[in-house]
Amino acid sequence: MQLNRDDLKEAYRRMCLIREFEDKVHDEFAAGNIPGFVHLYAGEEASAVGVCMHLEDRDAIASTHRGHGHCIAKGCDAEGMMSEIYGKKDGLCGGKGGSMHIADLSKGMLGANGIVGGGSPLICGAALTAKTLKTGGVAIAFLGDGASNQGTTLESYNLAKVWNLPAIFVVEDNGYAESTASAWSVAGTQTKRAEGFGMPGAEVDGHDFFAVWEVAREAIERARNGEGPSLIHVKLNRYYGHFEGDAITYKGEGEIDKIKATKDCLNLFKQRVIETSLLESDDLSEIETSVKSYIDQCAATATNGSTPTEADLMTDVYLKY
Amino acid sequence: MSVKSYRQAFNEAIRQEMERDERVIVMGEDISGGMGAPGEDDAWGGVLGVTKGLMPQFGRERVLDTPISESAFIGCAAGAAATGLRPVAELMFVDFMGVCFDQIFNQAAKFRYMFGGKAVTPLVIRTMYGAGFRAASQHSQCLYPLFTHIPGLKVALPSNAYEAKGLMTQAIRDDDPVVIFEHKAMYDEEMEVPDEAYGIPFGEANVTREGDDVTLVAFGRMVNLANEAADSLSASGITCTVVDPRTTSPLDTETILETVSETGRLVVIDEAHPRCNMATDISALVSQEIFSDLKAPVKMVTSPHCPVPFSPALEDLYIPSTAKIEAAVREVLGKGH
Amino acid sequence: MSGNIEPILMPKWGLAMEEGMLVEWQVEEGDTIEKGQEIADIETTKITNAFESPMSGQLRRFVTMDGETVPVGFLLAVCAEDDVDDAEIDGYVRDFKDNFVLDEAAAGAAEPETVEILPGQSIRYMTMGSGGAEPILFVHGFGGGFDNWMLNQEALSENLQTYAVDLPGHGGSTKQVGDGDLASMTDMLHSFMTVMKIERAHLVGHSMGGGIALDLAYRYPSQVASLSLIAPVGFGSDINMEYIDGFITQTRARKLRAVIELLVDDPTGISPDMIEEIIKYKRLDGVGPALERLRDSIMPNGQQARLLNDRLDDLVVPAQVFWGQNDKIIPASHAEGLPERIRVNLYDNTGHMPHMERANEVNALISAIANG
Repeated sequence: MQLNRDDLKEAYRRMCLIREFEDKVHDEFAAGNIPGFVHLYAGEEASAVGVCMHLEDRDAIASTHRGHGHCIAKGCDAEGMMSEIYGKKDGLCGGKGGSMHIADLSKGMLGANGIVGGGSPLICGAALTAKTLKTGGVAIAFLGDGASNQGTTLESYNLAKVWNLPAIFVVEDNGYAESTASAWSVAGTQTKRAEGFGMPGAEVDGHDFFAVWEVAREAIERARNGEGPSLIHVKLNRYYGHFEGDAITYKGEGEIDKIKATKDCLNLFKQRVIETSLLESDDLSEIETSVKSYIDQCAATATNGSTPTEADLMTDVYLKY
Repeated sequence: MSVKSYRQAFNEAIRQEMERDERVIVMGEDISGGMGAPGEDDAWGGVLGVTKGLMPQFGRERVLDTPISESAFIGCAAGAAATGLRPVAELMFVDFMGVCFDQIFNQAAKFRYMFGGKAVTPLVIRTMYGAGFRAASQHSQCLYPLFTHIPGLKVALPSNAYEAKGLMTQAIRDDDPVVIFEHKAMYDEEMEVPDEAYGIPFGEANVTREGDDVTLVAFGRMVNLANEAADSLSASGITCTVVDPRTTSPLDTETILETVSETGRLVVIDEAHPRCNMATDISALVSQEIFSDLKAPVKMVTSPHCPVPFSPALEDLYIPSTAKIEAAVREVLGKGH
Repeated sequence: MSGNIEPILMPKWGLAMEEGMLVEWQVEEGDTIEKGQEIADIETTKITNAFESPMSGQLRRFVTMDGETVPVGFLLAVCAEDDVDDAEIDGYVRDFKDNFVLDEAAAGAAEPETVEILPGQSIRYMTMGSGGAEPILFVHGFGGGFDNWMLNQEALSENLQTYAVDLPGHGGSTKQVGDGDLASMTDMLHSFMTVMKIERAHLVGHSMGGGIALDLAYRYPSQVASLSLIAPVGFGSDINMEYIDGFITQTRARKLRAVIELLVDDPTGISPDMIEEIIKYKRLDGVGPALERLRDSIMPNGQQARLLNDRLDDLVVPAQVFWGQNDKIIPASHAEGLPERIRVNLYDNTGHMPHMERANEVNALISAIANG
């Protein structure tokens, strides 16, 4: 399986969309236009897109509190997402979920998740559904280095292996669980943990879309072939704080700037496709321009959208009660 | 129609729903038993034998033994429910909720609301509860008030074998997450149960006795104690209405308020600990809605505010008894009774 | 020496009856009683009804007193001639109590059976008794079941074989009702007769079952020995849809009770257990749609769809009709203007269920027609 020109343009479009989306949310949050709190994915785009480029609607993913990128990569409507983050009635979840609970089951997106480690067991369930109903689908849990230490995650590794589920655990290790360094909090290594559970594990540079894409391809193929679960340890960086408003005093001086200058995943992608003449520079700038105006439109829609009313408060608790 | 035990009633309900709908699967620890072991297949059929025979009939693809990993498999059941299966997961003893509650109350219960009505989560969690088994503090609690507290969950408490089959069937057919509580001391209790499939609608209380003097509202196994107390009191001319709400969520407030209005007196019997339990909930409901109809203060018969003790001598003191119910009835009736 | 001491035992009315309460004796110790005389009121969990003496003789001793609850088959009283002295009766009673064991078989606990009439479609039925040239076949009404004949079937099974069926859509029978009209129900009842090798029967039908019985008599005249129709459909267009719709839709005991009370003139005999049993039946898979289909076919638009009384002159078999003057489901006026050869039995202070409300009188008349 190879990435053709259209695939590459689509991958770049999704990564740009995530970056623009997050930058916009950053600005709007700072301006006081977004309630609650948000966790931004900027800097990590190659991971979500590198994995999700392989997926279809029959495949499921579960995400984290830092979920916007996974949602966009899996095909959720960015305008609906933006409205959701603004708490508007036309939001993807009617304004009831917000940033940490964006979901679209019709796209196989089982939700961002406010509980660290909450998604891995759910993904075992989605994988079990795929296996039982023989849909050929796979299920992927995105989790952070923090969640990798949760019992739910380790139990899920075991269950997925014991039941030979088409499940993949993508550990997005951005170096920090909130403010705590993964270098300190994670005993052993992620890939050795995978090995301990008897499943293939691979470490990959999360700034490199192509590397992520290739590792994900192998894991997803195994899962689709009935060869059980895999783990992918993606090493990457986030550009913003744990949440918006985090002063990021725990990071080293210049740490983020250095990454942005040398390992930005969008830049790396751009260099690669232009150097290898896979895409023209014009192709890319066209995508950038259209994404930018689309995100502006998303923000405008969200700003102008109507808010839910009291009539919405008690709906959707149950199907029937 | 034939005589079936409480245990058989659950088994038959699950079996018939599995026959009717191939999306129904069951999972849990030792749900079949002996998985991977050299001895017999289907060695246990659940720790108290409720699911015995399902694996031989439906195979391991639909009857899944799990490792001892409640967080993983309860969450897995939630995820499977949200993606198209209808899992019946067994949380062996409700006391074990402590290790997997997040997957129930933060995940399954909230999907529908958080996702703006787009999620359907037909998850059933079967779990054993209740004292009387000499199983001590970590295997004897009720805890259904905790689940009742959570919006998005439905909670059913079958009080006999007929109720068990009907409520279990309904739980599996329901599209919302349901936690169904099986009282472990009742598994061998038998009665006539139809052979055909049937569901009992949630939120419709069963009035098991009709009387004039006092209304008894009781939950799960306590319904039987309330019935016994009512029958015994009728010999001394005191007649009681007994209400089995069947489900604590949804709750049939209409029947409770109507029957309490008629008698003007209420005794609530709840095996759960006394603080923030169903007894306090019903008492609050009644005093808020029909205070002026009350002829006497509401009385609650519950277990005490202590963990379930082990020693039979202590556990017998712990569990509400018919004697305590009768005494409470006489107390709300006042002098001369 | 107790050869001429005769026991009167707690009867078994219906499958579920395990015990009964003797509400009140209607006779005194020492009275001479006649077979068929109402001697006591007995209450079961389902119903309260007058108990007819199974024998004639002198009632010497009450063993079960007013208000006492005893198992089916237990001694209620003993009859004996004057020459039996009190000590002998004491001994008889003592022996009875010492030897009494709860034995369902001894209490006459017949069990219903099922038979397949079409692939995958079975009919549940209760059969009792034996003998007689032609058996009696009881056909219940909308929402009923074989147990509706609890006060009739056993009483009429003394020298005849009797069958009481659960119609399709009811009780333990298939919940498939075909088109749901009288003709398709008749077809299925006829299939039952064929499979059971019942060549000819005395049909006793109530309400909807009365219409089915009559339809069967028109279509298969050689297979019907007599017709006893109790408040049957087909004799006019009126039908109380408040009852029909309420029966289908009400799921709660109290609300359903108000509906069920429409059936009888005196609702005090309806017990909570009877209501509970109806609710349990209605919960069975397939019952709701079956009842709706029967309603929509047999009584669409709030009226009976099919009149059967225009061909009554064609009937060749003995026929009789029973109706309660206070029937609130199908009015007794439907019994007016019938051909003279059809005997019409009207009862005061009686509702839609004469076979329960006036069981003894109805039984006597059915027995008369069935035993020639």
